[in-house]
Amino acid sequence: MDGPAPRTETKTTTCYMCACRCGIRVHLRDGEVRYIDGNPDHPLNQGVICAKGASGIMKQYSPARLTQPLRRKAGAERGAGDLEPISWDEALSTLTERMARIRATDPKRFALFTGRDQMQALTGLFARQYGTPNYAAHGGFCSVNMAAGMIYTIGGSFWEFGGPDLERAKLFVMIGTAEDHHSNPLKVAISKFKRAGGKFISINPVRTGYSAIADEWIPIRPGTDGALLMALTRELIATNLVDHEFVARYTNAGYLLDDDAASARFGLPVRDPKRDTGYELYPQNQWWWDEGADAPVAAHTPSATPRLDGRFELDGKPVRPAFALLEERYRGCTPEWAEKITGIPAARIRRLAREMGTTARDQAFELPIRWTDAWGTTHDKVIGRPVAFHAMRGLAAHSNGFHAIRSLAILMTLLGTIDRPGGFLHKAPYPRAIPPSAKPPNGPQGVRPNEPLSAPPLGWPASPDHLFVDEHGEPVRIDKGFSWEYPLSVHGLMHNVIRNAWRGDPYPIDTLMIFMANMAWNSSMQPDEARRMLNDKREDGEYKIPFVVVCDAFQSETTAFADLVLPDTTYLERHDVMSLLDRPISEFDGPTDSVRVPVLPPTGQCRPFQEVLIDLASRLKLPAFTNADGSRKYRDYPDFIVRWQADPGYGFLSGWRGANGEKSLKGEPNPEQWKRYAENNCVHHTKLDESIRYMRNVNRDYLRFAADNGFRKLDNPLVIQLHSEVMQQFRLAAQGKRPGRQPPERLRERIETYFDPLPFHYAPLETQVIDNDAYPLAAVTQRPMAMYHSWDSQNAWLRQIHSHNYLFVNPATARAQSIEDGGWMWVESPWGQVRCMARYSEAVEPGTVWTWNAIGKAPGAWRLAPDANEAREGFLLNHLITDELPRSSPPAPGEGRDEGRTSNSDPVTGQAGWYDVRVRIRRAEAGEAEVTAPSFATMPALPGTRQRVASWIAYVAGKAKAP
Amino acid sequence: MTQLALVIDLNVCVGCHACVTSCKEWNTSGDAGSLADLMPYGRDPSGTFFNRVQTFEVGHYPETKTVHFPKSCLHCEDPPCVPVCPTGASYKRAEDGIVLVDYDKCIGCKYCAWACPYGARELDAKQKVMKKCTLCVDRIYDEKLSERDRKPACVLACPTNARLFGDVHDPESEVSVAIRERDGYALMPEWETRPANHYLPKREAPCDPPSPSSSSPR
Repeated sequence: MDGPAPRTETKTTTCYMCACRCGIRVHLRDGEVRYIDGNPDHPLNQGVICAKGASGIMKQYSPARLTQPLRRKAGAERGAGDLEPISWDEALSTLTERMARIRATDPKRFALFTGRDQMQALTGLFARQYGTPNYAAHGGFCSVNMAAGMIYTIGGSFWEFGGPDLERAKLFVMIGTAEDHHSNPLKVAISKFKRAGGKFISINPVRTGYSAIADEWIPIRPGTDGALLMALTRELIATNLVDHEFVARYTNAGYLLDDDAASARFGLPVRDPKRDTGYELYPQNQWWWDEGADAPVAAHTPSATPRLDGRFELDGKPVRPAFALLEERYRGCTPEWAEKITGIPAARIRRLAREMGTTARDQAFELPIRWTDAWGTTHDKVIGRPVAFHAMRGLAAHSNGFHAIRSLAILMTLLGTIDRPGGFLHKAPYPRAIPPSAKPPNGPQGVRPNEPLSAPPLGWPASPDHLFVDEHGEPVRIDKGFSWEYPLSVHGLMHNVIRNAWRGDPYPIDTLMIFMANMAWNSSMQPDEARRMLNDKREDGEYKIPFVVVCDAFQSETTAFADLVLPDTTYLERHDVMSLLDRPISEFDGPTDSVRVPVLPPTGQCRPFQEVLIDLASRLKLPAFTNADGSRKYRDYPDFIVRWQADPGYGFLSGWRGANGEKSLKGEPNPEQWKRYAENNCVHHTKLDESIRYMRNVNRDYLRFAADNGFRKLDNPLVIQLHSEVMQQFRLAAQGKRPGRQPPERLRERIETYFDPLPFHYAPLETQVIDNDAYPLAAVTQRPMAMYHSWDSQNAWLRQIHSHNYLFVNPATARAQSIEDGGWMWVESPWGQVRCMARYSEAVEPGTVWTWNAIGKAPGAWRLAPDANEAREGFLLNHLITDELPRSSPPAPGEGRDEGRTSNSDPVTGQAGWYDVRVRIRRAEAGEAEVTAPSFATMPALPGTRQRVASWIAYVAGKAKAP
Repeated sequence: MTQLALVIDLNVCVGCHACVTSCKEWNTSGDAGSLADLMPYGRDPSGTFFNRVQTFEVGHYPETKTVHFPKSCLHCEDPPCVPVCPTGASYKRAEDGIVLVDYDKCIGCKYCAWACPYGARELDAKQKVMKKCTLCVDRIYDEKLSERDRKPACVLACPTNARLFGDVHDPESEVSVAIRERDGYALMPEWETRPANHYLPKREAPCDPPSPSSSSPR
């Protein structure tokens, strides 16, 4: 006879309380979650867990969980949350029928935008197979500048793509980073770094979280980091603290640029027609001026040393080394200049530059590792320069962020720290080409009824030829991505979608599908505008955005605006992959991917969103999901993950490939692959051989390894672009010098200005069109340690840490307006006003006010009581932010009211200029209600959520309670 | 004689609250549970937590220091919560110095909470008895757990390894060494409670990065 079934059981999977993706153990008792802790055998978090991860129980059992598909009742107004349950069959048939019709006529009328999902490899594939270009995740709203600014310079970036080697660094500088980015691995690394005696400097307007344990806090005005970085770089150059060897050999510093202003190739590297261009997208036939021979020589000739200054003549053409232009640009960026902009004393800037430069030089070390570079030279050591950085949204979320981040990448390069121990290390599949080879379609011909898109919906333009525009130079995407308005919008522009669709500019759409994105609330600039536009109707009575589908696990604010709600599972109830084809969890020392496996069965009628997508793809008979005979190709999502391949042998997961699971990185599909992951802590980590672990931009054997294993298509060396050839191509088009596509007249000057091949600091666009004296303060937000954007107000434990938020104000700034600590106040921008409570803080620079992201909630949303603190005292700063800036001059006769308005975003990438907003503060009047404003109507409980919400809980897992 | 305790390193605590909710989830379904929450989805939620983190600002801009300060029962060597308890529910174990509450004897009079200078004891709203940190007494001796896991939940969770656990009466234990080498201090010693838990203070910033052990020519 078998004994009784064990009460307790432990399974490993991957957390999803944020995007960090720690390995976790989930301990069950009688099928309920008893306890979640960090998996000690997982390389990413090594057994630790954060407040959010340890509160997964209260996410799993939240009363806000959607458990049934829902439809807006006939006759009900959108936005009222007046929905009724329907069956999955009906939901999917309705959706399929509508989507098939759209696909057969004009596929771009279907738009799919996702928030913080991590399955962009599937959602992007779905969009491409469906044939719509209108797809992106949240990056354009979040931190695309960080990805683009660095990838277009060094072929990698921070977070999933690379990061600081704190094991070997001696000086760590963290700039513009929220208190919890990127969570546990960085917490582990910083604490070890501090214990080993390293020095940690944090540059941020605010001192919380990580910055609290920094050895030194340097306050800075928001939006001015580019000026600081340029001044630091200028000092390094002026005091001869540049790693000349690294710069000369591994960057384009020595490339001879055409210096003839009349030439169509002005400012571009001169090419040698006699040498093979090698790779079409990445020519290898540039020139150096060899110092020794005083003559031109093929760039990267091992025996040559390039001149980094001077003027020369090449075949009768005037030429200059790229570095000479850089040095010229930076010459005026003195610490005194930067002090006026940043508020940081010039002496401190000088001292910081000296600290960085001398640490990189005097504390350099060597690892006895033999490696060969792309030009054939074998080195018997790897040099380490122990100065490391981390940066994120504080630089990115500004309309000048792309250039600020380019200047950071240049600083890191001049210090000689790119992919070197103690400095910045890439994470596979990075480094990738500069820029990567994938391109979006380059015209409307890429969009055809009943056909997949001719190319992926998102990619990396390297010239105007790659823009996704029609013959008039106007955008094809609904968010105007990859148009002359934002040419390098590599993550799309989620923040433009609702307004553009509502306005029908560039065209109206039919169906907007939103996944895991709270676009009618915190995932929006000016949420009340977004809500109004979602509810707005045409003259014929139809909604301007006719059909809205919201896929989510919880009753968010956005679900009230859905015509169709599809209930997603929680992370404990499904399969997921953190794939090398998307955003893996690679370690510095090698490619790493991971999975989630279901630990619990789905609740109610929830279905994992990935399953729903594959089901839709099969019903629509999208080619990649359909057999030749028209039958469904993949049984389900796990089957799809195992059997789908980009090319033979290359699939989503790197581990246990091959018939017997004996291969890594490439190999035939293995039907047992999921089982092997589940048995191995849900993670697969390949350690690179030492000889290919560093200098990977130019490490010959690594470049071949990367191409061989599908990280890249090609194996060309990734020469760091200090001077950006891509940017210059766009500038030449704007100047009319470059043959081929040129911008529409109204955008010529903008492209010419902002597509500067070298970084420059400019005041954020918003500050150029408003009265800065009337709005003298900057306002920013950050995510707290214990919440993840709008998630976690539905979590009974985490909301006890943050049930409402305050505006943090420096006491001097507050007192100047007679605002008391804890007192009610107004914060106003040119675009909106918010009433909130003040909290004095000495840990914020006096010119900035700030609050936590997304704590404020609409009443009734997330199944909170209508008088919950989140709704009555909590507030969103978003109400103060505009997605569009007004014209700087009155409209000409015949011009529409909306013409000439520009998007409040970075002109290079379209990154939303979140942190550009300027505000003023004033005390609330006596007698005003002590409640936040603006206020919103209470959202009703949606069917399928728990209808009676407990007034107390005392959670004990398992049927038989603890003795 | 053993005195188990926690040592909390303020030099690396980033205020993430991992210790707060790891403790909550472990204990609510464990021997010290349940840990109630009132108005969990309503106005002014509150609940029983054994460990809380407060954040303080010290000094004035721009020399402001931000200090994250976790606090749970300090398992005092001379705990004032014990002698005041009318039923004997509050007691200190002889074998390891852990201060505990016997829920069967506790009448919820809250006298102990008045006596504790550290605010470490809470009345559980549902069970109406006093609850507090038990140093995960149901984990640390459980041989069904791996040796690595026989530690308090908060200690294992902490991402910056800011929480150490051990016997402060053993001079060579990790906690004793840390207290000795890092100027570990007791909280509010003037109350003469002789708390077993200690704190490691924030360290002065190095003026410049540490000196090189070797340098190589450029």
